[in-house]
Amino acid sequence: MIRLDEVSIRAGTFRLEGISLEIPTGSYGVLMGSTGCGKTSVLEAVAGLRRVTAGSILLGDRRSITNLPPGLQGATTGTVLFGDRDVTNLPPGERGIGYVPQDGALFRTMTVRQHLAFALKLRDEPADKIAERVEELADSFRIGHLLNRRPAGLSGGEIQRVALGRALSFRPKYLLLDEPLSAVDETTRDSLIALLNTIRATREVTVLHITHSSAEARELADVRYRLANGRVERERGGHDA
Amino acid sequence: MRAARSTVTFYLGLGSIGVFYVGLILAMLAADLFFTTPDHLLGALQTREIQYAIRLSLVSCFVTTLLSLWVAVPLGYLLARTQFPGKAIVDTILDIPIVLPPLVLGLSLLILFQMPPGKWIEHQTTHHMGKMLVLGVFPLFASVVAWLFARRHVPYWAILSGVAVATSLLMVTGTLDRPIHWSQTNFGTGITYAIPSVILAQFSVSAAFAVRTMRVTFDQISPRTEQVALTLGCTRAQAFWLVAIPESWRGLVTAATIAWARALGEFGPILIFSGATRMRTEVLSTTVFLELSVGRLEGAIAVSLLMVIVAVFALLLMRTFGLRGGSV
Repeated sequence: MIRLDEVSIRAGTFRLEGISLEIPTGSYGVLMGSTGCGKTSVLEAVAGLRRVTAGSILLGDRRSITNLPPGLQGATTGTVLFGDRDVTNLPPGERGIGYVPQDGALFRTMTVRQHLAFALKLRDEPADKIAERVEELADSFRIGHLLNRRPAGLSGGEIQRVALGRALSFRPKYLLLDEPLSAVDETTRDSLIALLNTIRATREVTVLHITHSSAEARELADVRYRLANGRVERERGGHDA
Repeated sequence: MRAARSTVTFYLGLGSIGVFYVGLILAMLAADLFFTTPDHLLGALQTREIQYAIRLSLVSCFVTTLLSLWVAVPLGYLLARTQFPGKAIVDTILDIPIVLPPLVLGLSLLILFQMPPGKWIEHQTTHHMGKMLVLGVFPLFASVVAWLFARRHVPYWAILSGVAVATSLLMVTGTLDRPIHWSQTNFGTGITYAIPSVILAQFSVSAAFAVRTMRVTFDQISPRTEQVALTLGCTRAQAFWLVAIPESWRGLVTAATIAWARALGEFGPILIFSGATRMRTEVLSTTVFLELSVGRLEGAIAVSLLMVIVAVFALLLMRTFGLRGGSV
């Protein structure tokens, strides 16, 4: 679950206040809004890249009551909040979040293979496990033929696939996507939508995807929010609605 | 038709003004080239004093370049990435060595080392240079290397430059002035009118240019990649070493080349702060001055040509590997 409670963000003269939203565990949430309305700032706040001036950001699991420890089993309702982590003041690296910025932001000096292995090396994973994971990612994101290439010369779609692979390499429970489809042509867009739908179908990650396109939201979202005039409103529609 | 003719006239007008300056540069180089003969050049290069000047220039410029990068990388990064109180003032201060008349800079250094803190440093380096090196620099160097190795991702260039700094310190103090005897650590050189003053004079100007270049470099690199690295589990320092520094390699090459070339051409501050003593503080620019002052025009031209060749080589290096477009 990704939850924002009355979050305020300030960036220069720009200000967002009282932002609240919740994306249930394993759901695909889309936050829509026009260009310049502050969507990216919200995403950065969740990633820990932008300081929050008030409110809190929680990451956690909403689990079924049957999984609860014995002491809590007196509860009778269907689901109970469990294991919430207030990450408001946690550094980005400790949040366990995969982040894909708008332009992919690949590391210019590294090969695709090094991108996929980067987070695992930081975690001191053994070399054979890293190699195994890189192959697995290359396979699922269909970037096996690019493993020894550097970002220069990759197409928009390839950049997004590598950036997604890198973000998911360390098996985070949360994935943040900043307009991943805004800079690709129509064919690439369709194949990326298919890929994102595959990620959604696994229910292994909770996704927060921001976009200005309601078409993207229709195709992908379980939960839809709209950011306009500094306020976040839940929208009807989406697969869960 | 008329429009086409006016376009041609416009570009011809601009071109003819441009050709004047490009022509002046080429004419100066040609004049140097035709004034001397290869025999004169070789003859001049074989004199003991000029060979010493070449060696001192190479070593001092190398050390200056490393020291310049050492301050330019952190300063450039801070100026490009952070906001702090007084940033505008720091930014302006960093331009002072660029705009200050070279003689004034040299005089300022000279006076600085006549003040109590300068005198203290002078005393320490005169009488306890070896002890300071052994007690200060080498344990520091060793701990940095150990720290880098202790972390898993050791940037190889950091170790290489560390080794290079240590080696060049040894070269400057050992081979060019007096050999280091490890049992006798009390050798002395001092700073003013000695080799360290040459390096300090070069460094005070070169570093300013290197800082400017590194600032432009980090300005041009999007902070996004470092932010992604942070979300992937990097600390700030890891994001800097593993992402920002490798991405800035073109800027590093440019900054190093500019710092090196500035150091090679440095004259005014060296003349005042280091003096122009043959076989002691004589660098190539000093040689040109000394040869001219005793009326040996050919020697001066030969050394000048050597510096022209080296400068053109540095320029080519920068154009090939360094930042594209105007950076400073």
